[in-house]
Amino acid sequence: MPQMNMVQAINDALRHEMRRDSRVVVLGEDVGKVGGVFRVTQGLFDEFGDDRVIDTPLSENGIVGAAIGMALYGLVPIPEIQFADFIYPAYDQIVSELAKYRYRSGGEYPSKLVIRTPVGGGIRGGHYHSQSPEAQFIHVPGLKVVCPSNPADAKGLLLSSIRDPDPVLFFEPKRIYRAAKGDVPDGDYTVPLGQAKVVRPGWHVTLVVWGAMLYEALDAANQAAAQGIECEVIDLRTLWPLDIDTVIESVKRTGRFIVVHEAPKSCGLGAELVALVNEKAFLHLEAPPLRITGFDTPFPYTLENEYLPLSHRILPAILEMARY
Amino acid sequence: MSTATYSTDRPPNVSGASLEPQAAVARHPLDTCADDVIKVLRDDGSLDPAHDPKLAPSEVIALYRAMVRVRQLDERLVALQRQGRIGFHIGSLGEEAAVLGSVSATRPQDWVFPCYREFGAALWRGLPLQRYIDNMFGNANDTVKGRQMPDHYTYREGHFGSVSSPIGTQITQAVGFAWAAKLRRDELATLVYFGDGATSSSDFHSALNFAGVFKVPVVFFCRNNGWAISVPTERQTSSNTFACKGVAYGVPAVRVDGNDLFAVVKVARDAIARAARGEGATLIEAMTYRLSGHSTSDDPKAYRPDAWLDPWRRLDPIERLRRHLERTQGWTEAQDREIEVAVDAEVKACIAVSEKVAPPSLDSMFEDVYAEPPWHLVEQREQLKAGPRPKGHGGR
Ligand SMILES: Cc1ncc(C[n+]2csc(CCOP(=O)(O)OP(=O)(O)O)c2C)c(N)n1
Ligand SMILES: [Mg+2]
Repeated sequence: MPQMNMVQAINDALRHEMRRDSRVVVLGEDVGKVGGVFRVTQGLFDEFGDDRVIDTPLSENGIVGAAIGMALYGLVPIPEIQFADFIYPAYDQIVSELAKYRYRSGGEYPSKLVIRTPVGGGIRGGHYHSQSPEAQFIHVPGLKVVCPSNPADAKGLLLSSIRDPDPVLFFEPKRIYRAAKGDVPDGDYTVPLGQAKVVRPGWHVTLVVWGAMLYEALDAANQAAAQGIECEVIDLRTLWPLDIDTVIESVKRTGRFIVVHEAPKSCGLGAELVALVNEKAFLHLEAPPLRITGFDTPFPYTLENEYLPLSHRILPAILEMARY
Repeated sequence: MSTATYSTDRPPNVSGASLEPQAAVARHPLDTCADDVIKVLRDDGSLDPAHDPKLAPSEVIALYRAMVRVRQLDERLVALQRQGRIGFHIGSLGEEAAVLGSVSATRPQDWVFPCYREFGAALWRGLPLQRYIDNMFGNANDTVKGRQMPDHYTYREGHFGSVSSPIGTQITQAVGFAWAAKLRRDELATLVYFGDGATSSSDFHSALNFAGVFKVPVVFFCRNNGWAISVPTERQTSSNTFACKGVAYGVPAVRVDGNDLFAVVKVARDAIARAARGEGATLIEAMTYRLSGHSTSDDPKAYRPDAWLDPWRRLDPIERLRRHLERTQGWTEAQDREIEVAVDAEVKACIAVSEKVAPPSLDSMFEDVYAEPPWHLVEQREQLKAGPRPKGHGGR
């Protein structure tokens, strides 16, 4: 199995599917000749040409609106939004149109696309190159939301997302684009949507996390283990609809639940997870569930390491919860 | 099912050199020899009297100084980024005449809504260099409190707006600002900067439409620098020019050689005068060229051979202006050296100060989210302060 980073694995998935299915087209700003500002689509322009790897004018609502139309015609468009922070000009198309097409047409017009976009902090990007907007899409019925944490999952989840009948927001944690490396299966490889992965088994505390913060949670879990506390770390992978069974089964065993995410605390996916845990495992809880998250401020530039829920903030939460 | 073929693999269409088929490239920014482009500064340094804005010799020298200062700053800031001392810089290499010519046409009462490439305009309107450099370091003295990336400053006192990354958003806001001034019967114009790429944004179209319908005293200044990161202008529009987009909205438009300081000053002054006379908006397309990468994060070699820059290096706005100074004022290398030494000293001094300033306080992260922090922000602030510090506090 070849070793790849996230960028290479996503590129591999796109290339694989474009070879397999001539309906697949990639479109967005700078995705063509230069291969994207993070080089995720590098080489696709040369292999598939400008009918299928399309540099568009600078208009996110143009990109997504046109992609919806292409999908209605029968293509399988994979638009790239250069940074998730710039998705809002397309928000109307995504929320009012893409998410509701199947429903409002009584199933006559399913509109299917996968929107790929880099998310998250840790690259000194300030407000507009760092945000994690998953909750703003999870709250919209009809959208699926995916966020891989490693190259193999990135490939497998992207191929599943492309083949899934529903529209998918595919969030790529840019902080680990090149830092996360690993073996990636050759050829056709899928990871089913809606299945979380227990990355580290444990029995004292359940930690639910995804994307780049997985590595921070693992770091904290390892430090906690040195003090005799064994955390179960669950990589959610598909953020919505999420794998409730894996989460609840774990919480029932540990009785302690922490969710970690970069996005602001209030009304984040962590809030939904805490609510679900309360609804489904309340009588098993040994301590109040905790959210370790970004703060309810815009994402800062200089103080980004203070903002992010890095291991130095996760570890004390684990210890405190274990002692509760 | 074939779309028009598209390739950036072709040599630039050079002013004066043989032109490729016009249909494909007439709007290309290199096409500064087109008939409809306002030019004043001739190759030999003399001025065409038809559009000469008649700047006083001292005004020309002041603008030359400002352009050289901006370029020297660009070089220094790129070097600082490469050394890891600042995180980012987005400069205006090659676009100095477009930026300074236009802002110099503004009057004290006028306002500027910037894109992100016009720190030269902010400095022209009085932004203290130290304050700009503090922003580049995102330190505790940065007036935007280290919250935004470098080059995202504000300068209200100088009637200069707040830089934001999302493309195009300032264009509609500038229209509203100018419109409000008109409703209040205040005699002022608002100058808004944006790139060729931004003309594809919905904001651009809404802005021109509102400005046309309500005869708003705004000056739309499009820096057509040939590129939106790696995407060339022919992927932004199939119109022959960006200026012609004004026609659809009833907004008069003009194309100008953006590397010709005098021509830029002339069209910008005319546009502000039109606004002041109550005649409404003007769209200016300044044809220039981005000689650097998009920013320090970009490697233009991936999409643009260096040789493409040669014709534009020959059209360098600073070199062209210098030839004029040489011809009309006997400008010497010693005078250039004087500017260089002076700018170098002031820049070095500012950097030395900024670099020593501490990062913004933890408290500052929670300020300005709302006018007053609600309970949940107070609670989160106290939790942060009581908790452990990460590695690399204060940025790497
Ligand atoms: C809404 C939005 N989409 C994408 C981006 C990413 N981006 C930053 S600058 C840029 C190109 C802008 O080109 P142009 O408007 O020509 O301005 P220039 O940088 O050439 O001055 C892009 C795509 C962004 N900042 N905002
Ligand atoms: Mg441009």
